[in-house]
Amino acid sequence: MAATLPATSYDAANKMERDTPQGRPPERRRVAPWADSIFALLTHGAAWLTLALLVGIIISLFVGAAPAIREFGLGFLVSTDWDPVQEKFGGLVMIYGTLMTSFIALLIAVPVSFGIALFLTEMAPGWLKRPLGIAIELLAAVPSIVYGMWGLLVFGPILSQYVQIPLQSAFAGVPLLGTLVSGPPVGIGILSAGIILAIMVIPFIAAVMRDVFEVTPPMLKESAYGLGATTWEVVWKVVLPYTKSGVIGGIMLGLGRALGETMAVTFVIGNMNQLDSLSLFEAANSITSALANEFAEAGAGLHQASLIYLGLVLFFITFVVLAFSKLLLAQLRKGEGTRS
Amino acid sequence: MNDPRLAMHRRRKRLNVVALTLSLAAMAFGVFWLIWILVETVRLGFGGLAVSVFTQMTPPPLAETGGLANAIFGSLVMVVLATLLGTPIGVLAGIYLAEYGKRSWLGHTVAFINDILLSAPSIVIGLFIYAVVVAPLKGFSGIAGVLALALIVIPVVIRQTENMLSLIPNALREAAYALGTPKWKVILSVTLKAARAGVVTGVLLAIARIAGETAPLLFTALSNQFWTSDLREPMASLPVTIFKFAMSPYENWQKLAWAGVFLITLGVLLLNILARVLFRNKH
Repeated sequence: MAATLPATSYDAANKMERDTPQGRPPERRRVAPWADSIFALLTHGAAWLTLALLVGIIISLFVGAAPAIREFGLGFLVSTDWDPVQEKFGGLVMIYGTLMTSFIALLIAVPVSFGIALFLTEMAPGWLKRPLGIAIELLAAVPSIVYGMWGLLVFGPILSQYVQIPLQSAFAGVPLLGTLVSGPPVGIGILSAGIILAIMVIPFIAAVMRDVFEVTPPMLKESAYGLGATTWEVVWKVVLPYTKSGVIGGIMLGLGRALGETMAVTFVIGNMNQLDSLSLFEAANSITSALANEFAEAGAGLHQASLIYLGLVLFFITFVVLAFSKLLLAQLRKGEGTRS
Repeated sequence: MNDPRLAMHRRRKRLNVVALTLSLAAMAFGVFWLIWILVETVRLGFGGLAVSVFTQMTPPPLAETGGLANAIFGSLVMVVLATLLGTPIGVLAGIYLAEYGKRSWLGHTVAFINDILLSAPSIVIGLFIYAVVVAPLKGFSGIAGVLALALIVIPVVIRQTENMLSLIPNALREAAYALGTPKWKVILSVTLKAARAGVVTGVLLAIARIAGETAPLLFTALSNQFWTSDLREPMASLPVTIFKFAMSPYENWQKLAWAGVFLITLGVLLLNILARVLFRNKH
C-alpha cells in the first residue's frame, strides 16, 4: 500500500496550503538562467521602491516642517495666529476647518449612502441595479475640480439665496442659532464645503456599503424573512449587525477622502484665517486649501515650514483614519471565514 | 386580545414603508447631484467651446480671444509621461505582491503601504515632490509635475495588478511549471496575459484619476501662460488653469474655465466607461 500512496504527499496541512501553487519551476534546462533572477530582482525592486516612497514622504515632511516644529512645538495645534508678516503661525483655524467640513460631510453622507446601499441591495429590480450602481460610481470619478467650480459658481449662490437668507430672517435675534447662520450671503464657507464634500464621498461610502451588504449570507436574510421580518428589519437587525465593521471601515474610507480633498474645498470655503465667528456661512480655511493657496507664494523659512507642518498633521490624521478602517475591514474578512 | 398584536404589525409595516421610502429618496438624492452637475457642466461648458479653445494660448484677463491650447498640451504631456513612468513600476510591484511576496513580511508591508499611498491626500504628494525635486532644482518644472502624477498612478496600478493576478487560478501556473517554464516566463506569458484586461482597466482608471488632479500640480509644475514643451520649465495644465481662471472675476477666464471643465469631465467619464466596457468583455 505504501508503494502506491506515499504517506507524506497528501497530509491535511498540505491540503490547506492550496493558495500557493504546488509546483516549483524546474531547476535545470533553462534557456536563460539569469532571466529568472533578473525578473525577481525587478519586482522586488519595485516593491522596495513603494516602501521607500512612503518613508520618503514621511521624512521629507518632517524635515520640511522641522523649523516650525522647533519654533512652535505642539502649541502650533491650538494657536489661531497666522501672521506671515510677524512670522507667528498656528494651525487651529485650518485644523478646525478640515475637521468641521469633514464632520458635516459625514453627517450628510452616511445616512444617504446607507439608503443608497439599501436600495441597491434590497429594493432595486435587477435591471435597475447595474445602471444605478454605475451612475453612483461615475459620481466618484468626476474630478474634484469640477465639484469645486460647480460649488462656487452654481451651488453657492443657490444655497445662500434659498437657505441662508431664509434662515437668517427666521433666526434673527435667536442667540445660538442666529450666530450659526450669520455672515454675508455669498454662499461660501464651512457649510457649502461640507455639502460639496458630502456629495463627493457619498459614492465611496455607498459603494463599500453595497459591497459589504452583498456578502451577508443569503441564508441569514432568508431566515429572517421566513420569520416574517420586514425588509427594513432584515437590513437593520440582520444585515447591518453582520456587516458592522465593514460599514464603519467604509465610512472611515470616505472620511479619509473628505479630510484630504483639496480642490472642492478650496473653491468654496473662502480661504479666510478667522475663527471669530462660529457661523457656518462665514468664510473659513482648511489645511488643504491653505496649502493650495499659500504654498507656492510662501517664501522659504518659517511660513513654508508651518505650511508643511500642516501637511504633516493632515497626513497623520488620514494615516490614523486609514489604519483604523483597514483594521475594521480585516476584522470583517476574518469573521467571514469563520462564520460562513 | 388580537388588537395589540395587529397594532404592532401595522406599526412595523408602517416603519418599513417609511424606511424604504427614505432609501428611495436617498437614491434619488445621489443621482440628482450627478445629473445636476453634468447638466450644468454641459450647458456652461459646451457654450464656451470653440475652435479657438484648441488653437490659441491662454489669454490675459479681459482679452477678446484666447484658448486653452498650451494647458491642454501640458496636461497631455504630463499625463502620458506620468503613465509611462508609473505603469511599469506599478505592474512590477503588483506582480511582486501577487506572485512573490504573498507570505513574506515585505509583501504584507507593501500591501499596507500601498493602501496608505492610495488614499494619501494628493496635496501631500505635491509637498513631497516639492521637497525632493522642486526645492533642490530651485524651480518649478514639468518634470516635477510628471513625477507627482506618477506617484499617484503607481498605487492605483499596484492594487489593480495584484487583485487581477490573484484571480488567476493556480492550476494555470502549475500547468505552466509542469511544462518546464521558468517563473518569469510563467508570469509574463501566462498569468499576466490572462489578467491583461484587468491591468489595462487599472491603467485607464489611473489615467482618468490623474487627468483631473489639480492639487499635486499646484506647486510642482505650477502653470505657464505660454506654450512650452521644455520639461525643465513650469508647465501649464488644464486643471491648474481651470482653478486659476474659475477663481478670477474676469468673464472671459471663467468662460474658458467652464470649457476646460467640460473637456476634463468628458475625458474622464469616457475613460471610465471605456475601462468598464473593456473589463466586462473580458470577465
